[in-house]
Amino acid sequence: MITDLLRPSRAYPVKQSQSGISRRKTIWQRLHLDPWLLGMLLLLMCSGLVVLYSASGESSHMVIAQAIRFGVALVVMLVLAQFSPQTLMRWALPAYLFGLLMLVAVEVLGDIGMGAQRWLEIPGLIRFQPSELMKLAMPMMVAAWISRHELPPNWRVLLGCAVLIALPVGLIARQPDLGTSLLVAAAAVFVILLAGLSWRFIGVIVALASAALPLLWMNMHNYQRQRVLTFLDPESDPLGAGWNIIQSTTAIGSGGIWGKGWLHGTQSQLEFLPERHTDFIVAVLGEEFGLIGMLAFLMLYLLIVARGLWLAGSAQDTFGRLLGGGIMLTFFIYVFVNIGMVSGILPVVGVPLPLVSYGGTSSVTLMAGFGILMAVHAHRRLLPR
Amino acid sequence: MREPRNTLKNPEHALRIFRVRASLAVLVVLLLSSLLVGRLCYLQIVEHEVYSTRSENNRVRVEPLPPTRGLIYDRHGRLLAENRPTYNLTLVRERVDDLDATLTLLVDLLQLPADEVEEFKVRSRQRQRPFQPALLMSDLTESQIARLAVNRHRLPGVEVQAQLLRYYPQAEIMSHALGYVGRINAEELKELDPGNYAGTHFIGKTGIENFYEEQLHGRAGLRKVETNARGRVLRELGHTAPQPGSDLTLTIDIDMQQLAYDLLDGRRGAIVAIAPQTGEILAMASVPGFDINQFVTGIDVASYRGLQEDLDLPLFNRATRGSYPAGSTIKPFMAMSGLIEGVITPEQVIYDPGYYQLPNDDRRYRNWLRWGHGRVDLERALAVSNNTYFYSLAHDLGIDRIHDNLEHFGFGTRVAADVAGQGDGLLPSRDWKQARFEQSWYPGETLSVGIGQGYLQVTPLQLASATAVLANRGHWVRPRLARSIGEEDVPADLPDTPADIEVSNDSYWDRVFSGMEKVLSGREGTARRTGAGLEYRMAGKSGTAQVFSLGQNQKYNASELRERLRDHALFMAFAPVDNPQIAVSVIVENAGGGSTHAASLARAMTDAWILDHNCGLPEQESCLGGNDAESRP
Repeated sequence: MITDLLRPSRAYPVKQSQSGISRRKTIWQRLHLDPWLLGMLLLLMCSGLVVLYSASGESSHMVIAQAIRFGVALVVMLVLAQFSPQTLMRWALPAYLFGLLMLVAVEVLGDIGMGAQRWLEIPGLIRFQPSELMKLAMPMMVAAWISRHELPPNWRVLLGCAVLIALPVGLIARQPDLGTSLLVAAAAVFVILLAGLSWRFIGVIVALASAALPLLWMNMHNYQRQRVLTFLDPESDPLGAGWNIIQSTTAIGSGGIWGKGWLHGTQSQLEFLPERHTDFIVAVLGEEFGLIGMLAFLMLYLLIVARGLWLAGSAQDTFGRLLGGGIMLTFFIYVFVNIGMVSGILPVVGVPLPLVSYGGTSSVTLMAGFGILMAVHAHRRLLPR
Repeated sequence: MREPRNTLKNPEHALRIFRVRASLAVLVVLLLSSLLVGRLCYLQIVEHEVYSTRSENNRVRVEPLPPTRGLIYDRHGRLLAENRPTYNLTLVRERVDDLDATLTLLVDLLQLPADEVEEFKVRSRQRQRPFQPALLMSDLTESQIARLAVNRHRLPGVEVQAQLLRYYPQAEIMSHALGYVGRINAEELKELDPGNYAGTHFIGKTGIENFYEEQLHGRAGLRKVETNARGRVLRELGHTAPQPGSDLTLTIDIDMQQLAYDLLDGRRGAIVAIAPQTGEILAMASVPGFDINQFVTGIDVASYRGLQEDLDLPLFNRATRGSYPAGSTIKPFMAMSGLIEGVITPEQVIYDPGYYQLPNDDRRYRNWLRWGHGRVDLERALAVSNNTYFYSLAHDLGIDRIHDNLEHFGFGTRVAADVAGQGDGLLPSRDWKQARFEQSWYPGETLSVGIGQGYLQVTPLQLASATAVLANRGHWVRPRLARSIGEEDVPADLPDTPADIEVSNDSYWDRVFSGMEKVLSGREGTARRTGAGLEYRMAGKSGTAQVFSLGQNQKYNASELRERLRDHALFMAFAPVDNPQIAVSVIVENAGGGSTHAASLARAMTDAWILDHNCGLPEQESCLGGNDAESRP
């Protein structure tokens, strides 16, 4: 079954002759990019840099570093957008297997940082998190797997999916990085849901998951339990683990409707906020730009998701649709989990705010995802309607 | 295995499924988004006021500014207690990248044994909340500080913090008089004004440090600061300066104190010297002393137990709390009591056969000289320390009058104005005995009190104070340790000063003084050897206190037992007789007779004060003025 995936699918007969003879291609079509989506992403990045400047304590060094990462991420997006969905589908299994191998390597010889093994380092060369690769390889693999079968997926296909999900998610959770493992799993689950998983099945799985919760709790690390407990009652440990939540809600709440003004957030500028330029950057946004700023950002995110879903929906093959849809829903979940965590309605998990939080790896991964989405969309004319 | 069906066979169906599911997804996305919007509205509109206030409080913090503790000087402005900067090594774990490497480097830099790393690791965990510095090591040496400073860039999160610590340059000789400061304990905390002591870690525990705590401490100040979450101060918004504690100038003369300590060194005992006209305590030594500096930062258990279990009781302040039988040193006061009450006249003579018998009693109360002194008048009774004379006097006075008159001299009371932890001694009375033993008073007990034995017990401070009152011809000035507090001089007339002692015939004082002078200068004087070569007129009285019993829980070996059963040697004296400048009491435990073992110490004290300081000699009336206090920095 798996080996089928390595062969080019017959679903995509290559017919170069049909590619846009009659009409002149626009520059966007040549680049295989969607100008609307790209424009919104660039707007988000620029706004993010403005917030980052304030959150980093007016460090232009950090803003420039972030801008360079954005540049790299854009290049990655551009490159990925050039591949046809068939190519991506062919890559799904190797990428997945490579990611899995890396996760095993981390398990064996990974670097220990922040009490969790997440980084893999080839000294002097590169240092990266295999779990980031998995964020894309996972939905690719599942989408490829499902799209090889008839929709909606039957129980055999679903069993295959379960195995595909369980292996990397289990490894990531062992690092331990519960947040990322759940997000990786979510990316795969979205793909399955979009593929038309029957409601009966969904009901059974939800029931099973609820039953498994106590089991999960028993297997959690102390710091993870602490986070959950602190989420339930942040005041119980106001100077310890609850500190972040109390400070970030205070920052957001004190921002009011209009905010305290750029660079004038006392919570943020006085370093009451921990991780203010990474995971908690929303608190800076909420404090300095108020509800208006928050709504503007949220609106921008929603527009990006909407445009992304539309692009996915207009794809002409199941693989592209499922993959694009899954990527976009995962993107939204990042936004939701991050803002929810910082505003105190979700427990603290290490999820950055997409394209605003300081950090290179996540930006590159996200933009790679958008690159795939654009590839899916831009190559649709290859197929006859 | 079945060939998977090609999805292209039914592309429309697949697309339809996707569209339905995608629409559902959009619905969920909108639902979750409205949840976020709702939360944001709640935080930023509904609860805005609450968070705004909280944020404001977060930013501004009020910090107490502890006042600097007042310094303590001796009467000539020589430093007795100062505040020394010490340097502590602290570490904030959150700011350390690699704890193990940092600790290893620290131990290396500080040139400590390698196993200290583990100790540091333990200490670095001792703190309650994030970003709170943990104390790794206190009292860094200068070279250690220098090495840390040079390597600062390699040690993020490691800081050297300065702290003022009390230091006593004359720790041992001043130990009891001065007392010491220590960390505030839970009980003291309850009593303290929390605002004033918010930034203070130390409080006076004993002695002067304890008695003048309020003045030495000063008033705490405040400052409003803007800080970050790590407690780092970014900006000061407001400031109320602390009022530093007042500097204290004591009446103690460090030379006299040193002399007193040296005179007793190697033995157990106490010397108290008072300037009678002003009540100034010139020296108040209790030997052995101990290093009070140990107590400032907290003494370790082993050292403390060592001090506590030391048979010589170094922690015990003999000068103020030690209760000793007065022995014959009580006789001048008995004589004055008899004269005041009219029971005797100076000229009255009794015959001493070597013992005294109560009427209708066979028991013989013996004079120390078996065959008796024969005809004895007041002055001779004092000079030769005749017991029979004073048995007779005591019997004639009765315990009630003895009690009242001795109390007037300050026995059985806390005489000094500002000495913390004074003992009462013991001035027995009928009431006391009834309350204590539920027994009536026996006449024989009066006789014992008459020669300073029996129930009567005095502290060295009481004896010196009473001697000063005697030298002052009954005029009371309360003994004190503080000469000036800050800029203000302590007034001569302190509250609760007892009334002066009224005597019908002023010459009675001279007769008693004359008898006391003969102790040192008379042909028969008990301390005539000590009195040889006196350059001024000195009056004194020796005493030998019998040690009746041992402390019940103490174990002694045979030779120590013999030593500790020996009598206590006492001496009280003042000089010059016509213009008293110093009154002194000396007690040497288990030394034997007072005339031989204590008198010379008293003489050394009066010699030092009168000759070396040129006090009270004809050329100079007195040297108690503010003459040499200007040498103070």
